[in-house]
This record gives sequence, structure tokens and C-alpha cells, in this order.
Amino acid sequence: MTLNIDIKQEQANAQEHIKEQGLRVLVCAGTGCVANGSLKVIEKFRELGANVSALTDYDKMTIVPTGCHGFCEQGVLVIIPDKHVTYVRVKESDVEEIFESHIKGGQPVERLLYKDPKSGEAVHRNDDINFYAKQTRTALKNCGKINAESIEEAISVRGYEALTKVIEENNPDGVIDTITKSGLRGRGGGGFPTGMKWKFTAANKGGKSYVVCNGDEGDPGAFMDRSVMEGDPHKLLEGMAIAGFAIGADEAYIYVRAEYPLAIKRLRKAIADAEARNFLGKNIMGSDFSFTIHIKEGAGAFVCGEETALIASIEGERGMPRPKPPFPANKGLFGRPTLINNVETLANVPLIILNGAEWFSSMGCETSKGTKTFALTGEVNNTGLIEVPMGTTLRQIIFDIGGGIRGGKKFKAVQIGGPSGGCLTEEHLDISMDYDSLIKAGAMVGSGGLVVMAEDTCMVEVARFFMNFTKNESCGKCVPCREGTKNMLKILEKIVAGKGEMEDLDRLEQLALTVKDGSLCGLGKTAPNPVLSTLKYFKDEYIAHIRDHKCPAGVCTAMKKIQINPDLCKGCTKCARTCPVGAIEGTVKNPHKIDQSKCIKCEACLNACPFKAIGKE
Amino acid sequence: MTGTTTQIDFREIDKILEKYEYKKSYLIAMLQNVQEVFRYLPEEAMTYIGEKVDGLSPATVYGVATFYAQFSLEPKGKYEIRVCDGTACHVRGSMPVLNAIKNKLKLKEGQKTCDNGLFSLEIVSCLGACGLAPVCMVNDKVYPQMTSDAISVILDTLMKEEGVA
Repeated sequence: MTLNIDIKQEQANAQEHIKEQGLRVLVCAGTGCVANGSLKVIEKFRELGANVSALTDYDKMTIVPTGCHGFCEQGVLVIIPDKHVTYVRVKESDVEEIFESHIKGGQPVERLLYKDPKSGEAVHRNDDINFYAKQTRTALKNCGKINAESIEEAISVRGYEALTKVIEENNPDGVIDTITKSGLRGRGGGGFPTGMKWKFTAANKGGKSYVVCNGDEGDPGAFMDRSVMEGDPHKLLEGMAIAGFAIGADEAYIYVRAEYPLAIKRLRKAIADAEARNFLGKNIMGSDFSFTIHIKEGAGAFVCGEETALIASIEGERGMPRPKPPFPANKGLFGRPTLINNVETLANVPLIILNGAEWFSSMGCETSKGTKTFALTGEVNNTGLIEVPMGTTLRQIIFDIGGGIRGGKKFKAVQIGGPSGGCLTEEHLDISMDYDSLIKAGAMVGSGGLVVMAEDTCMVEVARFFMNFTKNESCGKCVPCREGTKNMLKILEKIVAGKGEMEDLDRLEQLALTVKDGSLCGLGKTAPNPVLSTLKYFKDEYIAHIRDHKCPAGVCTAMKKIQINPDLCKGCTKCARTCPVGAIEGTVKNPHKIDQSKCIKCEACLNACPFKAIGKE
Repeated sequence: MTGTTTQIDFREIDKILEKYEYKKSYLIAMLQNVQEVFRYLPEEAMTYIGEKVDGLSPATVYGVATFYAQFSLEPKGKYEIRVCDGTACHVRGSMPVLNAIKNKLKLKEGQKTCDNGLFSLEIVSCLGACGLAPVCMVNDKVYPQMTSDAISVILDTLMKEEGVA
């Protein structure tokens, strides 16, 4: 098909416009950095830049608000690509110094450079920051490099070139073949081969069918989909349009969590911009392919990440899963064939079309191809969003990219895959991070949340935490899930309260199997995983709670005792004034005492004491 | 359901229903809009939608409203505080922050909105800002790396602005 847009020409024009911007200063405007004040940093830069007549090498400076750079912990991030420098933790008050010293004077501001957590030395070139140097960013490549709200910047980095290509070649089956050959598997958790899913849906071609993008990133501890939607929304839209072209759909929905207001705002703008340029809408670029995308906001229900529940929710109903078959590929949204893919999966599609299936399958390992994003959080030095080839080891992720455990603490476990996943321990540090190896180890890739836990995290408490989550989020349709999670939670609460019995451990295991077997959807089928994996690897902690009434990590309040060391206490009365329940007694200049029957173990006194006289056991 | 005496302006609801062309598949969006206007879902509003929109009944609307965590059947405060208790926030200490807020606002167990109607408190599972854990949100603003002291300062400032300190 011949198109009325010359994408190469559009690209050249866009690149030309970017050159005219002069010196580009990228300031992260993702949710994380906005929370740290990046909008003020941007404003300040713009204010200073406006008064500049001529910079050393550039005739002007442009401040580019970008999507998430991934290094949220170090926000606000300011990157000046032409000067190869990344500034971290930038505040509004630092902007003038960067501007005067570096941009005008050519002298980098040492104190705002990233410091290597191991050597403590400042890193001068952005390529040398381990957090980035050890990653392979493809799906996230543009996040943080382009203005997320400008379609022109997206076009300058080959945006919509892949869509143009597939429409021109007009071979929908060929597109499905390429995706199949690439080995791309669903990035939302299940890992189902994407090409196969497309093929099943395309088999029902003829009538109305839909593409649905699952942006209901509900796993606590995962935020890669948010970053793509906020940082490179056009890539997602392009991936959806390609999918629509391949399976013969002309309408699509993006289901986004209501907790992501910025993502929703940027997607809305991106859709409007793409329609204005006719990359979306009726008769795209003069072809006979039409494709419209709507946004549906979720309303806070984890189960809606399950595809049939998500469909119910888009239809305006309670988000409860429906039995499969029929599969959505045959009978999905409004009873029509529907292709459901996750955000990250769809963001990979344009890259595969542009670079070829071989390029994609050359990355990763035997059964899991390409790269995967992981949200690295918890007790690790560099928290943030990373992308690595499938098959990278946990050790590389936590210690090379993550810079090791914070505060010199000892590594204990990493929780992967959210409430459906499991915990991995020291012995797993060298296993390959791919779909199959993780299942074998009793965990799963899931959406890719990696929460690192150190010695002071109580694993029983973690199991209770996840069970509380799944209990709250169980939709109630299947009795084993609804009642089973509730009872498992009761047992776990009993154990962390120091009232457990040894028989409880068997009861937990039995219930876990019942819940797994008796549930319709993934939520129930995987809900017992955190309990099973902690029981497997940290049984001694459970036993310590039950038999010895001790929490080895010192977390569980029921077993915690907070005491004042009379030798260190100077009687300053600060603790007594801080205590919210009035449990501390004593007179000025005399050692104070905590009334254990009143103490709620909130540790407020512990943090308030200027003499470190208060400790817990 | 709590008996409220709020007068409902049904014209506001009509506007919302028109915006969504009275299509039942937009029920969730309609309810979100209604909640934006009234800061909660008044019983009368839910019944009204159930009767006006083809294919819905007051019972279906109530069913949907009670399914999703975002909807509240009681008025929310002027400042909606959301404490993230996602895994990353939990591991880095979101509970002390939550307790500090409860103490500060003098909320009893199970009470969501404080007596003067200024603040309401809710625990959410993940705000997707895990790199900044623990995180709180007050209306649309995200507050990173919270501690019990830091959140107290934020609440003090808001209370002072409202003249209730």
C-alpha cells in the first residue's frame, strides 16, 4: 500500500528541529522525580535559560522534561547528553550552580555527580555509572531521552516507522510470523508466547475484534509499565496499532490503573497527537487501515490484571474472572475476539519489526528471548527500573547494577513476582532469571518486581503481608480462594503474634494446596506462593516464632520488647514526651522506664532518644 | 449505608451521563466522575444512575461501587491521604508512617475520615513509586521517602493552612 506520509522525511525534519534546540538539558519528569520536585527544577532552568544571549558552544538551551530514567532513588535526575554528564539529587537551589559553573563555565559541579556506592568516588561520565552501564535498554531505550509529551521527539527516534513498514508491506500474517520467530513471550507474568496469541486471535478474523492493552500494573513493587506509559507512550500506541493491523482489529482499549494519573494524562495527549498526524484514527496515512484507541481507567482492583476480569471491568461490570474457555482470543470484549497484551510486551513490538526477529532472539537465553525490565527496590543501594537480557543472574542485578545491600546489611532474600511470586535466597543468586528457571525455583518472573530484603526483614511477616494483600484482593467468586486466603491469613497472624502452634505449619500447607487447586484464575492459583516459598526456605524462622516466641529479625511487635538502658539514660524526658501512649515514666535527670503493659512498640522513643539509650530485643 | 442529608443536584449527574451517552459500559467512569463531584458516591446518585441507564439497576450499580477499592460510600475528606503499603514501602517502614498519621488525626480503629471532615486516610497497595519508598500521597501530590516525623510536618502545615492547628 502506498502511504501519504514519507516517514523518513518526517524523521529527518524532526531530527532537524531537535538540532535547533541547541544544548539539550534532560530533566526527569516521571512520577518519582516530580515527587522530588523536578517541576521546580525545570522551571528554574527555563528561567535562567531565557536570559542567556549566547552560551559557549550553543546559541541556546532547551529544557526537555522526559519520562522516567529508572534511577528514581537518585532523583531529581538532570542529564546533559552533549556533556556526557548525569547530575543526581538536584534541587531547585542547585540549578543556578549547574548553569553558571557547567553550562556557561564548562566546569562540572562535582558535588552533584553520582557517587559510586563502593568506592565513594564521583562518576564523571554517564556511561560509567554502573547502574546504567550494566543494563541493556531496548524497551526502555527512549524513556528519559525524549520529551515524553512530544510526538515529534518520538518520530525523531524512529517512532511510527515500524507501523509505516507493516502497512506498506501489507502482510499481516508476515507480521505475526516475525513476532512468533522473535520468541517474544508475555511480559505481564504468564510468559505465554506472544506470536501464538496473535495467531489465535487472527484466526477469528472477519467481524469486529479488539486489541486490549493491560496497563493494570497491580503487583506491589512493580512500575515498569508506568514508566513506559509515562516516558515513551508513542511506542506503546505504535505496538498496539501493529497488533491491530496483524489481527485485523480496528478498535483498542488501554486499561490503566487509576493510581497512575500522570500515565493517563500522557497517554491521552499521545493519542490526540497521533490522531492529529493520522498515525492513528481513520484510514491511517491514507491506507484502508483504521485504528482507534480508547483509555479506560481502573478503579483499584488487583484482580483486574487477570485478562477475563479486565474485560469484565472494561464492560463496566464487577471485575470478576470468567471461566476459560472460551478464551478471549475467541470470545472476549463485548463477546468479540480480543487480543490482550501487557504494556511491556507491546512496547517490544515496534523494535522487533524494525530490527528483525533475529535481533530480538539473539538476546536472552534458550527459552526466554529478549530483554526484561525489573523494578529493583527494597534494601538495595540503587533502587530503580532496570532492563537486562533474560537469563541475567540475580547476583548481577543486585550487586552489580543495584550496588549491593544498603547500609552494609546482609542479604537475606529477594521477593520476585509480587503476591504471586516467591522468595529466593542466597543459594539462588546465580540462577538464570528466565521464565522456566524461576518456576523451577518456586518463584516466577511475574511482572518483574524485585524487592530485596536484608537480615532485618522477617520472612513470616512478609508472608503475612502478601496473604493480607491477596485476601483483600480476592474477588470472592471461588470459595477456596475467598475463604482459604482468609484462613491462611488468620494462621499467619497467629504466628506473628507469638501464638502459633507447630500444627499450624501443616495446616498452612494443606490450605495452600486447596486454594491453588480450587481457584479459577491466576490470583487464587498463585496466592499461596509467598507462604509456600518462605516455608520452604525459611522454616526455621517460622519455628522460632512458634517454639521460641522470638522473631529473629526483630520485627514482630508482639515479641518485641523496647527497653531503656539506665546507664545511658540521662533523664532528658524527650522519650516520655514523644511516647504517644504515655508509657514512659521518670523524672528529670533520672533514668526513665517503659511500662511494658502500655507500650505499643511504635519505636517513636527509640528514634527520639539523643543518647541511644533505648534499644529493642 | 449511612443516611446522609446532603442534597444531591441531579443535574450534575445528568451532565455526567450525557458525557458517556448513557452507555452502561462506562459505568465505572460515570461513578468516578460522580465521586469527583461529591467526594463520595451518595446513595441517591447510585439509584439514579441505575434507573436512568439502560441495562443497569440500582443493585448492579451498588455491586460495582462496592467491588472497587477506589469508591467510597462515605464522604471523603478535603485532603485524601493515601499511604502506600506496597512491598517496597512495607519493607522500608510504611507502618510507622501510617501509625503516625492515625495518631495525629486521632482516628479510631476502622475510622477513615477524621471528625472535622478535613482528612481521610486510606491504605493502598502500590503507587508505583517504589524507588522512593515509603511513599504517601495527599490528593494528587506524591511525598517521597516518608518518616513519621516528615508526615507530621506535612499534616501540621495543612492543618495550619486550614486554621485548625
